[in-house]
Amino acid sequence: MAEPVLALRGLRKRFGGLAVTEDVSLDVAPGEIHAVIGPNGAGKTTLINQISGVLAPDAGRILFLGRDITRLKLHRRARLGLARSFQITSIIPDFTALENAALAAQAGEGTSFRFFRPAGKEAGLNRAAMVALEQVGLARRANTPAGAMSHGEKRQLELAIALATQPRLLLLDEPLAGAGPEETERLIGILSLLRRRYAILLVEHDMQAVFALADRISVLVYGRLIATGTPAVIRQNAEVRAAYLGEDDIPLAAAPC
Amino acid sequence: MRTLAKEAPALLVLGALAAAPWLGFGESWALTLLARAMILAMAAVSLSFLVGGAGLVSLGHAAMLGFGAYAVVILDDAQIVEAWVVLPVAITAAAGFALVTGAVAIRTSGVHFIMITLAFGQMAYFTATSLSGYGGDDGYTLYARTELGGSRILSDRLSFHFICLGALTLTWLVCRMLLASRFGRVLRAVRGNPLRAQALGFSPYPYRLLAYVIAGGLAGAAGFLFANATEFVAPAYIAWQRSGELLFMVILGGIGGLHGALLGAFGFVLLEEVLSHQWEHWRIAFGVLLILAVLYLPGGLAGLPAQLARRRGGG
Amino acid sequence: MSLTLLLVQGLNGLQLGILLFLIAAGLTLVFGVMDFINLAHGVQYMLGAYLAAYFAAQTGSFWWALALALPAALLVGLVLEVLVFRHLYDRDHLAQVLATFGVILILNDGVKWLFGAAPLQVPMPADLTGGIPIMDGLLYPHYRLAIIGGGLATAGLLWWLVERTRIGMLIRAGATNAPMVAALGIDIRRLFMVVFGFGAMLAGFAGVMAAPILSVEPGMGDNLLILAFVVIVIGGIGSVRGAFLAALLVGLVETLGRSLMPDLLRLLLDASQARQVGAALASMLVYIAMAAILAFRPAGLFPVRAG
Repeated sequence: MAEPVLALRGLRKRFGGLAVTEDVSLDVAPGEIHAVIGPNGAGKTTLINQISGVLAPDAGRILFLGRDITRLKLHRRARLGLARSFQITSIIPDFTALENAALAAQAGEGTSFRFFRPAGKEAGLNRAAMVALEQVGLARRANTPAGAMSHGEKRQLELAIALATQPRLLLLDEPLAGAGPEETERLIGILSLLRRRYAILLVEHDMQAVFALADRISVLVYGRLIATGTPAVIRQNAEVRAAYLGEDDIPLAAAPC
Repeated sequence: MRTLAKEAPALLVLGALAAAPWLGFGESWALTLLARAMILAMAAVSLSFLVGGAGLVSLGHAAMLGFGAYAVVILDDAQIVEAWVVLPVAITAAAGFALVTGAVAIRTSGVHFIMITLAFGQMAYFTATSLSGYGGDDGYTLYARTELGGSRILSDRLSFHFICLGALTLTWLVCRMLLASRFGRVLRAVRGNPLRAQALGFSPYPYRLLAYVIAGGLAGAAGFLFANATEFVAPAYIAWQRSGELLFMVILGGIGGLHGALLGAFGFVLLEEVLSHQWEHWRIAFGVLLILAVLYLPGGLAGLPAQLARRRGGG
Repeated sequence: MSLTLLLVQGLNGLQLGILLFLIAAGLTLVFGVMDFINLAHGVQYMLGAYLAAYFAAQTGSFWWALALALPAALLVGLVLEVLVFRHLYDRDHLAQVLATFGVILILNDGVKWLFGAAPLQVPMPADLTGGIPIMDGLLYPHYRLAIIGGGLATAGLLWWLVERTRIGMLIRAGATNAPMVAALGIDIRRLFMVVFGFGAMLAGFAGVMAAPILSVEPGMGDNLLILAFVVIVIGGIGSVRGAFLAALLVGLVETLGRSLMPDLLRLLLDASQARQVGAALASMLVYIAMAAILAFRPAGLFPVRAG
């Protein structure tokens, strides 16, 4: 197997006495969608926050492209190519969709201490932004203020922002959160188009989506990884079934592809 | 053409100022009033760049103006009156003060930032009052206006009018250019959603600090002109109430764009001029108007047409 | 600089600190509970002094003036809350700054209109005019000691209110996490009105106490307001304990700095230079202290807010 894009080694985090991340180790290989699932309160968002740099782990290491980034700040990690989408939509409301994506492209390329040229007229940035918007199907809405978009469109824009940074790894924190059935279908379509082109760590509640998209799945329960494997392996795993006992959302039949 | 339409109010104000001396504002009192308005507008535009652009609500901006003005005073006392020396010193002094105080203030945000800029502004004020060599509390009268290349061009009222107009136009253009640039886009992004900007790899601190320093330098240039316009500088000019008035100009005009600060500064000076001739205690009326403006004009003067249109459309 | 003078200056610093605390206490709670920045808090202090001057002239007694000025200050505070402040809670800090700045303009010129621009004098209460000897021929006025005592007693009362009563518990909870308190079904607006009125009265109380030793004049609250801001920033927004310690610190630094700095500098400079540089440095000292503290603790000495 090629060198993993992201490797977690023995990550731990406690809030007070409560262990929210307990000895978590996992890899994301190039071009792989690696999903992290788990019941509510399993510590999924805390894990993402540690990877993106919002929270510092108490112990363990985070390796990104072979480099130890455990102690790097949020914005430094982003500069290395670690792009994050937020569970709660995080866009810049008074920017247009295009300017949101262009800002992201600007982050991925060159310095931003440039004072003379109007950024809105930089063809290179606008082109990169449009490519990202096209990838998520928002090209037609490029000049709409982000704050005026529908919820589903904001989720798409969130993805476009992540893509426009030319990331090496996408951290997607519940990209489907709050989306209606139609929006969900469209977003799953978009995500499956990204597969193989980006390494993706996906945290998601929607089990249909996870089993349809993921190459590998890791199951987090009370901060601890209880299993990692292909969707087929996870579906058969007794421990996973026990953890989800009483919850119907783990699809027992093979998900339609 | 959309840009032109958007900038119409600002261009209109600047154009009217260029024509003003021949439109019945050529007398000395009118030119004095206009010079005051233009200089305050310079400071207001630089503050609007901070508040509306970078989301930094500074309540100590008058101190930057004061650094520029006191640079003129101190050099005047040392008999240095050449603009090519005095102006750079004024700008550097104000920008330097902004750098030192900003380095601490920008680490904080929200209410903290407001209070800390206020406190640093007041520090500058008290320092000015204790400069007994330069008049202390009573202020300092300049021996002469600054010269430009040995010529006394700043002493001629009409020339001074156009120097102020040029400086104001330049300030407006610079702030506009900065806000549109990559740098300005990051500033606006940090204001709109700081966490998002950080997740994209932008650390807000250096961008905000630089914006603070630039705005300080521009206000310092305004202070240079202010000292020359009044030929007198006193600590009262940089007291925190003046910072409050600058903020009032910015919000009176509307923080949606830089032209709001232009409208606000002229609205403010006009209001002050009219009211202060009517009533000794005109500040009472001024205060009432300020409160009403905050409560009922959220978009400022610049947002008034849209607000009226909305009301008409809605009711 | 003799030890006696140091003692006197220390007591004066303590007294300034106490006055600052009375102003800062209301301010820090209003900030903490409602995230509301109220520049007009300083004019509440000024109003207290003017009310004391007015009632003292009417009744001829300081104590009557005190008894009447306190409820009057409370009333003015509540009227302002209803007329102006409550319309600003949901607005951003910029709007709050400007509207409360408008209130300052109105009240500063309002008292000038009603009472004239000349400073007013308030006679000291007759039973406190003397002083206690702290050294041969040097008396420290009883009245200043009474300010210190009264202020400390008020601080104690406040501590009891905030730490030991139900309403105090709500205020503390509100300062830590206001949405949580609202979610518990507490009427946060009413709570704020109580906090606000009480804060206005405390500032008014400081004004009444300061009236006999300072000149009562328009704008007298503005400078103290900014020192009170420094106190809150140093102490940590929303923390009464932080405000108390920071107020004493600021009072002492301000007073001792002004008297000691020129003397200290005389070791390095000649007398006139020392006086000028010393005065400039002394006026910057408080702000430098603030900057130094913030450089290490951006949220102040006793941060309250959760998260």
